[in-house]
Amino acid sequence: MYSQGLIGANTETKETQEFLDAFQARIDAEIKIEPNDPMPAAYRKTLIRMIGQHAHSEIVGMLPEGNWITRAPTLRRKVALLAKVQDEGGHGLYLYSAAETLGVSREQMTEELLNGSAKYSSIFNYPTPTWADIGAIGWLVDGAAIMNQVPLCRCSYGPYARAMIRVCKEESFHQRQGYELMKTLTEGNEDQKQMAQDALNRWWWPSIMMFGPSDTDSQHSDQSMKWKIKRFTNDELRQKFIDATVPQAKLIGLTLPDPDLKWNENKNEDGGYDFGEINWDEFWKVVKGHGMMNKDRIRARKKAWDDGAWVRDAALAYAKKSEQQNSEAA
Amino acid sequence: MATSANTEDLIRVVVQIADDHLILGHRLSEWCGHAPMLEEDLSMPNMALDLVGQSRALYSYAAQLENKGRSEDDFAYLRKDREYTNCLLVERPNTDFAHTMLKQFYFAAFMHPFWQGVKNGSDETLRGIAGKAEKEIGYHIRHAGEWIVRLGDGTDESAERMADAIDALHPYTSELLEVDDARQSCIAAGVIPEIGPIQAQWNATIHNVFTQAKLNVPEVDFPQQGGRTGHHTEDFGFLLTELQYMQRTYPGAQW
Repeated sequence: MYSQGLIGANTETKETQEFLDAFQARIDAEIKIEPNDPMPAAYRKTLIRMIGQHAHSEIVGMLPEGNWITRAPTLRRKVALLAKVQDEGGHGLYLYSAAETLGVSREQMTEELLNGSAKYSSIFNYPTPTWADIGAIGWLVDGAAIMNQVPLCRCSYGPYARAMIRVCKEESFHQRQGYELMKTLTEGNEDQKQMAQDALNRWWWPSIMMFGPSDTDSQHSDQSMKWKIKRFTNDELRQKFIDATVPQAKLIGLTLPDPDLKWNENKNEDGGYDFGEINWDEFWKVVKGHGMMNKDRIRARKKAWDDGAWVRDAALAYAKKSEQQNSEAA
Repeated sequence: MATSANTEDLIRVVVQIADDHLILGHRLSEWCGHAPMLEEDLSMPNMALDLVGQSRALYSYAAQLENKGRSEDDFAYLRKDREYTNCLLVERPNTDFAHTMLKQFYFAAFMHPFWQGVKNGSDETLRGIAGKAEKEIGYHIRHAGEWIVRLGDGTDESAERMADAIDALHPYTSELLEVDDARQSCIAAGVIPEIGPIQAQWNATIHNVFTQAKLNVPEVDFPQQGGRTGHHTEDFGFLLTELQYMQRTYPGAQW
């Protein structure tokens, strides 16, 4: 764990104009920032917030999908879902390690998740009442995540960028798997078709909200773009996602729940879809903790953490005893 | 030594082993997202994947032997409770991490030498399944065994929880080692190994790890059995209710 030596290390940097200019020049020259490099406190803080939120999203995201593991309809689907949820946990671990290189510990981040001071993707505060939700999450939620994350493979912070390469490969597999699951439902009986359409109706708007507030309302965008933490704005990514997803829905005979969705040749350079008004009141309601599953998600994480305390304590106690015995034997 | 077992006996044994794997994998997968630490949230689903994966290979083989057009899913999802012949140990509820790791450990300590025997046995398909399964289950013994030691020799609370798990689960272990007529016929045909050496190895593994963990191997006066003949515990119906939910609600649908 090469990052552990960095936890609590002195990360103070004198932010003279000269230092800030040199830092920006390095970013502009596309030279990656690495853990031991000096960096502005705000750059570090932004990355800790972003990577932490990303890690928490992976961990909380295990819950809505994990909800269907014991009820998956075939053994093939069951192992695929188990593997997928396990991948998400793996991404969480990867990302916590990347965040640790910035001097924050996993324990501290976990505490912030459980006490509500750290956020995670609001999408996971929606429920998964049907099997089709597993398809919709793979197709739309992982699809939206890929749009966000592919540019992060070029993020200026080295450890985050490198972690994203593997994460994106796996997410892209999940996206195809989710789409294939939905396609199978649309080729099935009436119940299955309805199940697929119903899931799309529920997940479409929350998915396009995943890109965050509109550029005019986003607090973090400008500086993050300048530091090349982000490469595209929320609205640019949202448009890319919509343009990519509309034809996919058509191909499997599903209808997107937006009557205003319409191809517009004159949009951007190559045309794009116009779409209806996003209900930002709902977005903020869920972000602020009032979605259907917000409380349940955190409660489930907290219960796992609290119920597991005796296991972690025992592992630590055993490790200490073994260390003592080894030093006595030496 | 004969080279092939009576097909009916072979199917019965293959389904027993498949059921053990499916049901234990199902229980383990219930932990996904709720483990005591992130590392275990990765390793438990991983082991569940191994187990469910092995059940698939075994059900497919049973279906092929039976030759009645049934699929792995027909076996896994569409039988009645009495038709599942897993041993009772694997269906016991997770209860806590100590119970879960102990269940895994008892099972893996049996399956490891069992697969080693099958790998050198007379059935080609099972030899192939055993080759992969032996490696996987070897990791399960190590993983669960290390936890038994940590928990047994960790804190007072963890030692107490381990002792409680042993008290609850040890009576179910004799069913793992039981040899019914179908198994006897497969042993005679050289498909699966003789039980004597496996029992000795199982005892040695348990004894070795329990000693390291400062735990006692209890004497069991009243062993619990019944799964192999379809007589299950009360919890099993609930497990099947979840497992079979989709297949029962939407009969005949393709997923």
